[in-house]
Amino acid sequence: MNTQNQSNTRLLLPEFEYVKPKTKTEALQLLDQYRDKDTRILAGGTDLITKMKTGALSASRLIHVRDIKELSGARQIDSALHIGAVTTLADLERLPEVKSVYSALYEALRSMAAPAVRNMATIGGNLCNGSPAADTAPALMVLGTVCTLSSLTGERRMKLSEFFVAPGRTALLPGEMLTELAVEGVRPGSGSCFLKIGRVSADIAKVNIAVYLERDGDRITDCRLAAGSVGPTPLLLDSVASLLKGSRISQQMLSEAGRMVEDAISPITDARSTQEYRKAISCILAEEAIKAAWVRSGGEVPR
Amino acid sequence: MTETNVTLTVNGKRSSLRVRPNELLLNVLRDRMFLTGAKYGCGIGECGACTVLVDGRPALACLTLAVAVDGKEVVTIEGLARGDELDPLQEAFLDHGAVQCGFCTPGMIMTARSLLDENPSPSEEEIREYIRGNICRCTGYTSIVSAILSCAKEKEEA
Repeated sequence: MNTQNQSNTRLLLPEFEYVKPKTKTEALQLLDQYRDKDTRILAGGTDLITKMKTGALSASRLIHVRDIKELSGARQIDSALHIGAVTTLADLERLPEVKSVYSALYEALRSMAAPAVRNMATIGGNLCNGSPAADTAPALMVLGTVCTLSSLTGERRMKLSEFFVAPGRTALLPGEMLTELAVEGVRPGSGSCFLKIGRVSADIAKVNIAVYLERDGDRITDCRLAAGSVGPTPLLLDSVASLLKGSRISQQMLSEAGRMVEDAISPITDARSTQEYRKAISCILAEEAIKAAWVRSGGEVPR
Repeated sequence: MTETNVTLTVNGKRSSLRVRPNELLLNVLRDRMFLTGAKYGCGIGECGACTVLVDGRPALACLTLAVAVDGKEVVTIEGLARGDELDPLQEAFLDHGAVQCGFCTPGMIMTARSLLDENPSPSEEEIREYIRGNICRCTGYTSIVSAILSCAKEKEEA
């Protein structure tokens, strides 16, 4: 949520036009028709309406997509979980397979805001804001998520890690909309974990970290790490993952991985935390998250 | 600015009205339907004072466009009591002294109602977790938590 200009809250939003397409195609037609910057997609509204109220953002037209049925809901198809972009955080959190299989995503969802906000907010909205602190981003990144960007002329698919371009900016082009997320990277014998440090329980992250790993005996065979709020976008920590890949788990290895995280991130000092604290706590969070993911994959607690 | 026709079912009563795109559900409830239970607190989704149920789930009326909930069912604190008979949660809040200034109470009770509908026997920890988006500056939460806990059903023994 916006941190500047928060005193300027208004009872009524500035005037704008509201359109509500019934289908995905209709939404894409409207997006194509209104390519101006002033047109925004409204999903759950928990970020957009807040920003419009505080004056952080203005829009002259809102395209409301939250109730488009074909963009909502999640289903398991073969080994991938396909999530419609306007699925609410609460609906996702309630899915049994999210809790049992996609631990990092479940923990990210549970860590976010409050139940009322999670009932309104959508997964696509959380990602399309392009916030470096978006909690679902690192979780979905390590679970191997591919997103579908749709426009009137077709679709393109990209890794979620490539979707984030800069603070508040994504790979979406004018006329494009995020329509689906496919969580494809989870194999049997794996474990994942999401950890976050905030100021109070329902807070935007000072730092968030997600880990996914696959285990064979006492070795990590494959591994992905990602962190948020420690750079201009959510970051995939490839250097740390390559260190861990193929190695035997040990306390020494965990400490080394933690130290590497510090070099892989570039946090700033802002309203929520300082650069120094973010660096220090990221190492510890990473260690803890790797350990938890390891135990969940069936491994023994490393000594 | 163009007005749109919306139909809302509020506390079981259907009504149609014309709204401007920028009218918030909270303002429609308070200023046009005179249901002043839901409160305007922070206006940016941090405090929970405006919590109402939309299609059975808690939502923040101050961040909800009225036009966006066309056709949906809304329940406010005014819709909980049946005539003169208060909802058990309302009774419990009175009995436990969980109401001081009262500003957070309507939102708090709507959130608690939703929790109990979802999970009839929550633990104290689950209650605290669920109401974390509803801020109270008077009670220190202890009396609120015990009021909600008193309405929780004993967990059935397996």
